[in-house]
Amino acid sequence: MTLTKRIIPCIDVDLDDDGNAAVYTGVNFENLEYSGDPVEMAKKYNEVGADEFVFLDITASAEGRETMLDTVSAVADECFIPLTVGGGIRTKADIKETLRAGADKVSINSGAIENPELIAEGADAFGSQCIVISVDARRRFDDEGDHYVEIEREDGETEECWFECTVKGGREGTGMDVVTWATEAEERGAGELFVNSIDADGTKDGYDIPLTKAVCDAVSTPVIASSGCGGPEDMEEVFVEAGADAGLAASIFHFDEYGIDEVKRYLDEHGVPVRL
Amino acid sequence: MNVTVIDYGVGNLRSLRRGLERAGADVTVSDDPGAIRDAEALVLPGVGAFRECVNNSEPFHDVLVEKAEDTPILGVCVGLQLMYEESTEGAPEGETVEGLGLIPGRVERLPDSVKVPHMGWNELTPERDHPITDGIEAGDYAYFVHSYCADVTDRTIASCEYGRRFAAVAANEAGNVIGTQFHPEKSGETGLQILSNFVDYAEAYHAGEVAAAE
Repeated sequence: MTLTKRIIPCIDVDLDDDGNAAVYTGVNFENLEYSGDPVEMAKKYNEVGADEFVFLDITASAEGRETMLDTVSAVADECFIPLTVGGGIRTKADIKETLRAGADKVSINSGAIENPELIAEGADAFGSQCIVISVDARRRFDDEGDHYVEIEREDGETEECWFECTVKGGREGTGMDVVTWATEAEERGAGELFVNSIDADGTKDGYDIPLTKAVCDAVSTPVIASSGCGGPEDMEEVFVEAGADAGLAASIFHFDEYGIDEVKRYLDEHGVPVRL
Repeated sequence: MNVTVIDYGVGNLRSLRRGLERAGADVTVSDDPGAIRDAEALVLPGVGAFRECVNNSEPFHDVLVEKAEDTPILGVCVGLQLMYEESTEGAPEGETVEGLGLIPGRVERLPDSVKVPHMGWNELTPERDHPITDGIEAGDYAYFVHSYCADVTDRTIASCEYGRRFAAVAANEAGNVIGTQFHPEKSGETGLQILSNFVDYAEAYHAGEVAAAE
């Protein structure tokens, strides 16, 4: 008996023109396309065997926040699998209010970069298991990083790069090395790391394997790989090659290109332990 | 059947409430020891830091011990751990912290040979019969998040393996004090079945239809 690899659908939730919460799916953090109602999607994924569900609030506006917490509660009412909620969480009060709304875990990104103390405050009060630190990584090819990996270019040559933590959906760099930050976040009490790639997001060309592997090798907390999943083979690669504990995907599931069960059967046939 | 979920300020009680409601129960979420004393069935949730759970649930310990005489009680995760006799969590090396003593056994840290906490979906193995696991088969998955666990004993209803074998579901000798190390409210269909079994068990218990312990 082993712990299974988790398959996690993720929804990005914004307000539509009528001020209602709606799910949008984007490419490279842009070009958002309407893809459904959050509660209906939670229900569906719960029924088809998703192992967890991630809800990201991308409104980032004060009026959006109220609506979002109500939506989180409505989603939680249909979610009998773990629910992670992220977006705009900056204080201990935000964590508490999100958990009380029905989240099992909170995902914190720039809030933790701005104030690293928040990780320990959250972990001490609510337990490490509910503090997920999310990073939006971007490849950089200069000499300002701490940890370098070799990557293969399209022309077959190899090149060294490091990964920088970005904020504001990849629009702003922080100069911080993702591997350094992941290690620090773990020491401060993060219970899980959620690794997004700005380069791979929405491409469906596969996860950023060197990035995911670099983080998995550096920490002992579970790592959720995100961005770039185009199908079951990509999931297999990120579990086997990079050592991720969970694989997250959005568009392939939302647009019904692959079913959760289809991905799981593929993984099972290829020797990856999953919950069937 | 009215089920009272004890609210002592930890974690997300929403799914627990909804899961019990789906099983047909009227659910009261309460932090009032008086209401808890009158409950027909009790659920002691447990999420997050053990110390926090132990401290916050302290006002309810006496009433829980009293209710254990004649009421179905379900402890979840740390809620189960509290029901054992003792735990090494938060105690100095070689010592233990006293639990409620409703189920014999000791809670210890998972071995260092595996990633702790044990977080994710893992398989259940039935060990002996109890209505709480009706319809649950070997290999069914449940969702676990914990760093401590108790030994498999003759009070274990189902076990799990992660670095070692441990009790995933346990009950006292009379059968009315039950606990799950995993989160039934987060374990999909398997978990909803267990919550439903608990509600059915509580109904049968009050109707006098529950057989005496083996």
